[in-house]
Amino acid sequence: MSLLEAKDITKKFGGLAAVSNLSFTVNKGEILGIIGPNGSGKTTVFNCISRFFPLTAGELYFKDKRIDQLPAHKICELGIGRTFQVVKPLRRMSVEENVMAGAFLRTSSMARARQKAGEIIEFCSLDKYRHREAKSLPIPLRKRLEIARALATEPELLLLDETCAGLNPKESEAAIELIQKIRDAGMTIIIVEHIMKVMMGISDRILAINFGKMIAFGNPQEVSNHPEVVKAYLGDAYA
Amino acid sequence: MKNVNLLLKLLLLVIVVILPLVIKAPYQLHIIILIFIWAIIGTSWNLLGGYAGQVSFGHAAFFGVGAYAAGLLQFHLGISPWWGMLLGPIAAVVVSLPIGVIAFRLRGPYFALAMLALGEIFRLLFINLPFTNGAKGILIMPAITTKMFYYYVGLAALLLTVGVTYYIIHSKIGYYLVSIREDQDAATSLGIPTTLYKNYALLPSAFFTGLAGALYMNYVAFIDPNIVFNLTNVSVMVIMVVMLGGVATTWGPTVGAAIYIVLGEVFRTTLGSANVLVFGVLVCLIILFLPNGIVGEIDMLRGVLARKKEGAAGGVKV
Repeated sequence: MSLLEAKDITKKFGGLAAVSNLSFTVNKGEILGIIGPNGSGKTTVFNCISRFFPLTAGELYFKDKRIDQLPAHKICELGIGRTFQVVKPLRRMSVEENVMAGAFLRTSSMARARQKAGEIIEFCSLDKYRHREAKSLPIPLRKRLEIARALATEPELLLLDETCAGLNPKESEAAIELIQKIRDAGMTIIIVEHIMKVMMGISDRILAINFGKMIAFGNPQEVSNHPEVVKAYLGDAYA
Repeated sequence: MKNVNLLLKLLLLVIVVILPLVIKAPYQLHIIILIFIWAIIGTSWNLLGGYAGQVSFGHAAFFGVGAYAAGLLQFHLGISPWWGMLLGPIAAVVVSLPIGVIAFRLRGPYFALAMLALGEIFRLLFINLPFTNGAKGILIMPAITTKMFYYYVGLAALLLTVGVTYYIIHSKIGYYLVSIREDQDAATSLGIPTTLYKNYALLPSAFFTGLAGALYMNYVAFIDPNIVFNLTNVSVMVIMVVMLGGVATTWGPTVGAAIYIVLGEVFRTTLGSANVLVFGVLVCLIILFLPNGIVGEIDMLRGVLARKKEGAAGGVKV
């Protein structure tokens, strides 16, 4: 059964179609990677799913329920969590308070929220920084905090936007480990990432887009050898 | 350490409670009552502007509506203005509702501007409407004239305001309000209905500002639109008071109010109307050298000390 289904989704900014007629499904328990060159519309797809942007046309279904008309905060309540490419930590709150703010979606009890935040902070290996102010964290930890905060809302589907961007190879490796750990815990993930090696390694299926249109969709091997994908990344000469 | 803290707080409470039994001079009590009223306005503003980050330039609207609710009861119906202590806050909430529902859907300065306009609209309305007695204002003959009575009413109202604010901030709502202040997109992504929660900050803020207004009417016994709906002396002054004491701190607004009132009294005899100037200069200095306000800086210092003691990362409280 597909957890998320996008039917012909289109998002136009004035005359520019950032995403046009894109259809795909996400199966329960899989990691779907979305790849594409800069400006191809990857983050726009995320913003449409999480309803930060309203769709121009098309339909989105989550667990067979239409969601493209709902307000953004409802999307999260239904079980779709997200992170931001440009991290948005709650700057003057501690790591624990950041995660608690997420945990409060499913509980109103202070003690329960703190306990859950503690579990998630441990899961994401942020224990050492629990009482640090979020604004004092370096980028790799801020990215990790984004994931922790989203996890605290108990999502079934997690949208990860460029979790490895700006990280050195060692930090990326740690981030990938965390993503795999999340999948092993039974979560479905859609991930946008620039680094092809990362995407090939962890994705079950890959959706390649360019200029907002699908150019390939399938398992990592198929997609990476697809002539359109090679052309989009390396130019005509290599296709 | 926690016990010592609690003891100190209890001791302070006992001192505040028995103070009017020791100081019987009406003048000193008058000053403290004014501090209480300003501390209530400041604490209310702080809930909305400090914690939730929704800056209001028009809290005079709520203050004035609260005051007039009490005054007009007496003026038209001959009902005791003390009923205004109930009606005033409710009237302020009713006034705040449409502004919250409309302006909180937008981001940026719209709410601040809407509030600025609201305060001025009310000032002009109350000068010109037939049933408000216009610029002549409303004068009542208070039934109770002992300062001690007003002292305790003021103290009770302040403790209630601080207590409710403290409770809100240390609950789920408080976390949500601070999240909205820090980053509205992130808050939305965590499933927080931001418009609704901003209203959860606005309503109690309007309520307690209205309470302060009703108390002011009862205590001072004279109001006119240019006093209670005043842009500079109420709406803007409350922001300065909170900044001086400490934005987003429990006791900052009270400390700020005390400094504001006392400074005003000290310099009024020597400087006349220019006494506010001293307060203005002080606020400038605080912003330059203690950007978190007096209470805010003390909290920061404590956080640093606690961290040093633990030898590990200590937290700075919201």
